[in-house]
Amino acid sequence: MDASSFLHQLVQQLINGISLGSIYALVALGYTMVYGIIKLINFAHGDIYMLGAYAGFFATTILKLSFLPALVFAMVVAAVAGIIIERLAYRPLRNAPRIAVLITAIGVSLLLEYGMMLFVTPQPRTFPAVFSATVYNFGGLIVNSQQVLILVTAVFLMVTLTYIVQKTMVGKAMRAVSYDMDAARLMGIDVDKVISYTFALGSALAAAAGVLVGVYYNSIDPLMGIMPGLKAFVAAVLGGIGILPGAMLGGVLLGVVEAMVSGFFSSTFRDAAAFAILIIILLFRPSGLLGKNIREKV
Amino acid sequence: MFKANAKKWFSIICAGTLMAGLLAGCGGEKKPATSGTIKIGANLEMTGGNATFGKSASNGAKLALKEVNEKGGVLGGRKLELVVADNKSEAAEAANAMQKLATQDKVVAAIAPIASSSVMAGAAVNQSAKILAISPTASNPAVTVDPATNKVRDFLFRATFIDPFQGSVMASFATADLKAKTAAIYVDNSSDYAKGLAKFFRAGFEKQGGKIVIEEAYLQKDTDFKATLTKMKASNPDVIFVPGYYQEVGMIVKQARELGLTVPILGADGWDSAKLPEIAGASALNNTYFSNHYSPDDNSPAVKKFVEAYKKEYNEMPDAFAALSYDATMMIVNAITKANSTDTVKIKDEMAKTKDFPGVSGSITLNETHDAVKSAVIIEMKDGKQVFNKKVNP
Repeated sequence: MDASSFLHQLVQQLINGISLGSIYALVALGYTMVYGIIKLINFAHGDIYMLGAYAGFFATTILKLSFLPALVFAMVVAAVAGIIIERLAYRPLRNAPRIAVLITAIGVSLLLEYGMMLFVTPQPRTFPAVFSATVYNFGGLIVNSQQVLILVTAVFLMVTLTYIVQKTMVGKAMRAVSYDMDAARLMGIDVDKVISYTFALGSALAAAAGVLVGVYYNSIDPLMGIMPGLKAFVAAVLGGIGILPGAMLGGVLLGVVEAMVSGFFSSTFRDAAAFAILIIILLFRPSGLLGKNIREKV
Repeated sequence: MFKANAKKWFSIICAGTLMAGLLAGCGGEKKPATSGTIKIGANLEMTGGNATFGKSASNGAKLALKEVNEKGGVLGGRKLELVVADNKSEAAEAANAMQKLATQDKVVAAIAPIASSSVMAGAAVNQSAKILAISPTASNPAVTVDPATNKVRDFLFRATFIDPFQGSVMASFATADLKAKTAAIYVDNSSDYAKGLAKFFRAGFEKQGGKIVIEEAYLQKDTDFKATLTKMKASNPDVIFVPGYYQEVGMIVKQARELGLTVPILGADGWDSAKLPEIAGASALNNTYFSNHYSPDDNSPAVKKFVEAYKKEYNEMPDAFAALSYDATMMIVNAITKANSTDTVKIKDEMAKTKDFPGVSGSITLNETHDAVKSAVIIEMKDGKQVFNKKVNP
């Protein structure tokens, strides 16, 4: 492979990686937000993403909505689902040992997967073409309009989220609860309400990712959330769990690494590379790329 | 009255000893019945992941028996009846279903499951109960030849060609018809079927003087193939061979075309699904070809007659599963007629002698390893429709 074609490949793989990575980033944000506030790895998060994809699917096929309204619809459905799950499954365990909540999360995940299988059958569904794919060719570099759509939507949502968390009262309350739940309660913050908001926001972002994936890959099924859920978890840990910019960075980085590994080594090592990153990060920098080493409060 | 009761008790005791496998002579009937309906079993995937395959296959078998019964049945006017047992698309259940057909329903022969692994799971039951099973579609060589002993399982048959043939058909098609000199292989690493096809495609392609420039792999449920396809594009193959199932194949074809890979993409019978054009998009599928057992567009009289009868009965187009299952059922009927008895061993002996049997999917001859030697068809996708391209004889 000569230098120019190598460079060409590199840039093309970068494009592939960033579009895949922005999906991971959107899902990873939900993981990180929930972890940041109640120290729970919400393993049902990948299934919320699946739920969102199905909500988007039914919005476009049955309600005949176009792309944007369907996206908003899916985000609302997932936000409500996130609130319900938190209310029913996690809130009763607020003071239980952390491992009990973690196991409950796995239970919720299985319930969502197989419950959906019961309602929508295990057969994969084809997402209708709500957003046509135009292919742009920049001197041999191929960019698809759907990739642009993913990137634009992801960036827009991340900016909005950052604004909500940094500039609004709800965001301030979230940061307060995350910092010290008891102190926040003493200051008159309704902690339960803030946690509900957090779940709603995280779930809505996952749903957006689900709809984008449905549009991009054209196929959804009830178990579609398992792998991206795990990968997004890796992304969240990579960037530093509990830190919002970390989740974005981790997601994009993971997508790029996967693309590079399949592009320049072998496609069979792709998933191995993703999880090897998790192990390496946990060994050498457990608080993640952007995390600071702080002693856990006792 | 007493006799009937005794028989009832006897069968309850028999049912109790079912697990011990002592049922070969249960029911007290040593001699096969010489009147009444003859039961043929069908151990098929009626529910579970492969449910659409099982449904097509049972429809095909039912149609075959209906036609035979309308013509007066077999062995001097005896009617045939299909007993369907659901194996839930699971290998363990397939063994149970075969056991049920053999001992409870007392079938004289059976249609074996669609999936190779399920056929193999039930094989021991067929061998010990001495009841033949013929799979419409199981194409793994180990179905009829026990890999542990390298001996032919004498009660197992198939109505389909095996993977080595399919792989080499596509290799010849690539070199002879598409004039390909170089090929890429993109294999589903989680399927023995796909890995077998890749191996035989490579062997065939290299034998004809071609070169495999790159071989990559994916896993079932993967969704992003762009990185690997970008790499493939750089090695500039004349064709890409993607053995696998329609779900991932659809996404691979779509993403390959989006990346500007316009070369022909080839595949095998795992592509045969109405879902494929939905996933890939009709225009992306242009210039793709796959091998299959039969094409409803084939204008041979046998195919035309079958398609017409099937459409009349079920109001849909028959797929390859329906056609092969129809053929497998007709081969059983043929063997019963030739054996002139319902003795299961005699039926098995006649089945093994099947030669030039005129089936819907072509003329079928069973070789010494009980594999069907018959033609394959190559189907081209044009604007989302399957179009018959050519027939390849062995």
